[in-house]
Amino acid sequence: MQDLSSDKPSLLLFCFIGEFKDLPVFAIRKAKKNTMIHCYKNNGYNIVLDVNSGSVHVVDEMVYDMIQLIEPLYEQGIKDADTLTAAALHVGGLKFPEDEVKEAVLEILELAEAQQLFTKDIYENYVDSFKDRQTVVKALCLHIAHDCNLACKYCFAEEGEYHGRRALMSFEVGKKALDFLVANSGNRVNLEVDFFGGEPTLNFDVVKQIVEYGRSLEKTNNKKFRFTLTTNGVLMNDEILEFANKEMGNIVLSIDGRKEVNDRMRPFRGGQGSYDIIVPKFKKVADSRNQMNYYVRGTYTHYNLDFSEDVLHLADLGFEQISVEPVVAQPTDDYAIREEDIPKLKEEYDKLAVEMLKRKKEGRPFNFFHFMIDLQGGPCVAKRLSGCGSGCEYLAVTPWGDFYPCHQFVGNEAFLMGNVDDGIVRDDIRYEFKQCNVYAKEKCRKCFAKFYCSGGCAANSYNFHGKITDVYEVGCELQRKRIECAIMMKAAEAEFTEN
Amino acid sequence: MKHIKTLTTRDLKESMKKGGCGECQTSCQSACKTSCTVGNQTCEKLK
Repeated sequence: MQDLSSDKPSLLLFCFIGEFKDLPVFAIRKAKKNTMIHCYKNNGYNIVLDVNSGSVHVVDEMVYDMIQLIEPLYEQGIKDADTLTAAALHVGGLKFPEDEVKEAVLEILELAEAQQLFTKDIYENYVDSFKDRQTVVKALCLHIAHDCNLACKYCFAEEGEYHGRRALMSFEVGKKALDFLVANSGNRVNLEVDFFGGEPTLNFDVVKQIVEYGRSLEKTNNKKFRFTLTTNGVLMNDEILEFANKEMGNIVLSIDGRKEVNDRMRPFRGGQGSYDIIVPKFKKVADSRNQMNYYVRGTYTHYNLDFSEDVLHLADLGFEQISVEPVVAQPTDDYAIREEDIPKLKEEYDKLAVEMLKRKKEGRPFNFFHFMIDLQGGPCVAKRLSGCGSGCEYLAVTPWGDFYPCHQFVGNEAFLMGNVDDGIVRDDIRYEFKQCNVYAKEKCRKCFAKFYCSGGCAANSYNFHGKITDVYEVGCELQRKRIECAIMMKAAEAEFTEN
Repeated sequence: MKHIKTLTTRDLKESMKKGGCGECQTSCQSACKTSCTVGNQTCEKLK
């Protein structure tokens, strides 16, 4: 795939000096680039993403070939159709009739004037004011159990214990956590609570008590709790399912895909695989929720680089809501994704996207979480700039009531922020996370994907670089690929609808 | 247009005017616990 997103001064522009000496020098000498388009080809589509407006254009070969040339000229103030046409023909070397080139130039200019192309990045000053915003807490990840009945090899919780002791959260701690959430949520109505672990079903009575308590707080405080359960499914039974279907807005069911893939990384402590036990239970969960408001969620590693087969396996089992994402591991881990794996993984995403489109056409669609993109109703810029909210809007709570910026920081004492009794006592940590946004990360500034990943995962950045304002490069490469595929799929779906 | 087809998208710049209510989902509460994805989320006001 050709990546035309470089913002280096184009050689063509220097040639341009020779051809068009009467043009002002400033048109040639490229100033600081304030526009950003990302052009790529995927599955037969030529796609131009205007990063700053979020507009997506599907263009023909001629426009694709000329648009990178026209962008800097337009940015420098050259908006005359004849000049731009001449530039495309004589500098770009386009082999198309002049009248057609001019027609395309006029279309480009029309979109630019409509602020759908070559739009400027006007958000950096906005984010400065955003840094000083009053934040509220709106989501908690409750570590109901630091214990697990599986011994997944890649678990960042180290078999549920998070580098610490085995422990179960008491109702008292859970109750205080919800009180803290309500008291610190300001005017936010929707509050999210994820029952996480370890394995939360090991402490399910407390889950039920906390939910009941949360519901009792809703009316008097004008709040609405959205509960999520993340489970490995081993203990799933009718009682848990009935409760979950009544109370949980979302259930995340952990499974990696094909039996041999799942069982390699997700064994019991005794070594036996979990696939045969969980698959029938997960099918029942999915069907009982009418194939909505759940995800089967897997992790792929160096051992299943052909992970598209795992996604399709899950789809073939009848699951319609699927999320499978790359493992995050230290380079020393044998299962870690390596840089040399990236080309193969990108091919897998392409393959998966094409297969998903095929299945959709055939009337048997499924959702892949990481290809889902909401172009029309997606988040506002404020959300896109401010990241995941860890450390300020989102906190993890340990079984004994300590606060950490998110589940991935739990166990790292440097990030212990407070507890359910004293609240946030390390405001410096909250401040650090609050300042962390797309513009705080130098590598994100030039990335076309910045408004879709929101600057990436702070924990990944910390784990690889020792600070939260960097990025995890392997993750970024794959994220960019997923976004390209997701946008291509939107283009393809628009074409289906049109036809 | 003959050469360009534009998909319908939300204008990010426009979203500055009325955005930032914060009622939307926290990204890690959905189905990713090891990455950050916001582009797939839906604005609560547009639901």
